[in-house]
Amino acid sequence: MDLILDFFSFKNPNVVIVSLGLIFLGLSSAIVGSFTFLRKNSLVGDAIAHAILPGIALAFMITQSKNPFYLMIGALISGWLAMISIDLISQKSKLKNDTAIGLVLSVFFGVGILLLTSIQHSGASNQAGLDSFLFGKAASMSIADIKAYSWVASILLLCVLVMYKEFKLLCFNSEFAQISGLPVKSLRIVLSSLTVLAIAIGIQSVGVVLMAALLITPSAAARAWTEKLSHMILFAGLAGALSGLTGAFISFSAPSMPTGPWIVVCLSLFALFSLFFAPKRGVLAKVAQQKKNKKKIITENLMKVFYHHFERTADLSMAENQIGSERKFKHSDLDLAIRIAQKEDLLIYIGSRLKMSQKGFVEAQRIVRLHRLWEMYLTQKMRLKADHIHPNAETIEHIISPEIEELLLKDLGYPEFDPHESPIPYPI
Amino acid sequence: MESIYIIATATFIAMSCGLLGAFLILRKMAMLGDAISHAVLPGIVIAFLISGSRTNIVMLIGASIVGILSTIIIELLHKKARLQEDASIGITFTWLFAIGVILISSLTSQIDLDQDCVLYGEIAYVPLDLWISEGGLNLGPRSLWISGGLFIVVLSYIIIAYKGLKLSSFNPDYALALGISTGIWHFSFMAMVSLTTVISFESVGAILVVALMIAPAAAAYLLNSSLKPMLLTTLLFGFLSSVGGYYLALLINGSIAGAIASVAGCIFLLCFIYSLAIKNRVKPKGLVLKET
Repeated sequence: MDLILDFFSFKNPNVVIVSLGLIFLGLSSAIVGSFTFLRKNSLVGDAIAHAILPGIALAFMITQSKNPFYLMIGALISGWLAMISIDLISQKSKLKNDTAIGLVLSVFFGVGILLLTSIQHSGASNQAGLDSFLFGKAASMSIADIKAYSWVASILLLCVLVMYKEFKLLCFNSEFAQISGLPVKSLRIVLSSLTVLAIAIGIQSVGVVLMAALLITPSAAARAWTEKLSHMILFAGLAGALSGLTGAFISFSAPSMPTGPWIVVCLSLFALFSLFFAPKRGVLAKVAQQKKNKKKIITENLMKVFYHHFERTADLSMAENQIGSERKFKHSDLDLAIRIAQKEDLLIYIGSRLKMSQKGFVEAQRIVRLHRLWEMYLTQKMRLKADHIHPNAETIEHIISPEIEELLLKDLGYPEFDPHESPIPYPI
Repeated sequence: MESIYIIATATFIAMSCGLLGAFLILRKMAMLGDAISHAVLPGIVIAFLISGSRTNIVMLIGASIVGILSTIIIELLHKKARLQEDASIGITFTWLFAIGVILISSLTSQIDLDQDCVLYGEIAYVPLDLWISEGGLNLGPRSLWISGGLFIVVLSYIIIAYKGLKLSSFNPDYALALGISTGIWHFSFMAMVSLTTVISFESVGAILVVALMIAPAAAAYLLNSSLKPMLLTTLLFGFLSSVGGYYLALLINGSIAGAIASVAGCIFLLCFIYSLAIKNRVKPKGLVLKET
């Protein structure tokens, strides 16, 4: 508890600096990641992150210093090279895109490991800390590092802000962007460069192996909550920034722990929570909606059975065991439908028989009317044969809204009979 | 003798990975292989923690279940949560891998595993861990036996499953029409990939195993147009990468696994350039439908 207070009072200047730096890193990679996510390019981000390793190792071998500027140039060059290799392999050979990504990812990483271990074994005095690029180690960042990375992050964010509209078009409809006269190819290059840049600085916080999570996971979480790009980017940025703060807290409270994996686990839990519990797009919301729809459909089907029975016999009531012979219901579905219909006063028990109430009769009429209207529409307007239309009407009848019903009625001129010569029931 | 032990172990692993990798490529599941190789980490750590040793086969098989589990999670995220496939893969493996790394660093005193081993294995230590029988007979390095066993298992799986895998890779609809269950082959194949990753893990680490799966097979794919020669070429490339990698690592004093991946990458590069040169020389006649 003291630890938490100690951290969030931000009295320790080191805490402030590391927090700010990590927040910047998380924010920028989440925002750039939103675009890679939408372009379904997430795994290319993963490959670039792995591929940055040999660049860093080579930059160190050449300059013999850990100056963030040199290392970043090395990272950028090898990240770029990886991206070009992926494009080249998937365009110029019969190998598919996923193979190209996996190949570049693992081979570049292998070269990076080879160089890194070679540096370590050579015993160069100042090589210590290079391996923190593997899993990230926020605590090992110097103030100069953080300043440099914050600058890069600011430039990155500015670029996204300025070219927001162009990037949006590129993600959602690149053909349209092309036709509208946007320089799609250069835009793509700019976006890719920004991605490489974001990855090159982001690996400071989570390392090359888990960098993909910093790009993908905030966007995936954000996507569950909203349909709007600007909201999604803001949300993803927020998640990224929070993850940065988490990372800073962990490196403060447990310096021996690898920061990167903790950031990733926090982000993933948040994403899983979003994917399951978000309203509308979450799994639970969808399951609930499906259940609701199913209840509606079986009840409506039950009412139809009663109406058809009424048409033939002019009897508003049916025995329960009669229903099964008119239409096949799953046993549990039938019980459920009867219960719902009773609760909504559509059906009433009279002795052992179920009888349509006034309200139930109107409802049953409505469903049958929609079914028959739709059949009319299919034969008259869509020119389908009368024996092909029933299954389609069986599904559409549950979906047609009162507004569409109104349109159908007007369009068809309030028909009296459906294509099978059955009368279309109207409320009196 | 030491170098022969290491090269032989590496060759067995590279060949096992290559055989499976060839099918990963053909089934367009290269990145799923990558995801499995990362995702088995927590399984391995827990297996090590429970059994206390690295070479308990039963525990390793248990660990590989986590790999299969990860493919199920990916599928669920993709189908149920309607998350696009690349993002499902990315989230699942980073998450499981991160848990694995956290487990390792919080259990450092209980298990003999470190983060470096996760990334590039410890194949250089193969000759140190000898298998001494109860009678005191020295049977050679334990890892050599395990990787040899792995190769036999993978090879027999490929031979048994050859027809089913081939058909369900190239033409799943036709396979289904013939009564071949694509689901069984998909599942058993994933299980083999998972098992191979877990067993190769100690020697080459979680990420470089992907290089061994994809690079030799991709290079072989470029040179061949039918499956059997492609598999044979893959085996050859796996062997060449192991030998070349070992000596490259000696030369610049680096990680053997990293060097093997680098050599495999170089072999791929040569094959790629060769295939480009061939393509430019043989001009297609008439109309050629381009594959999209």
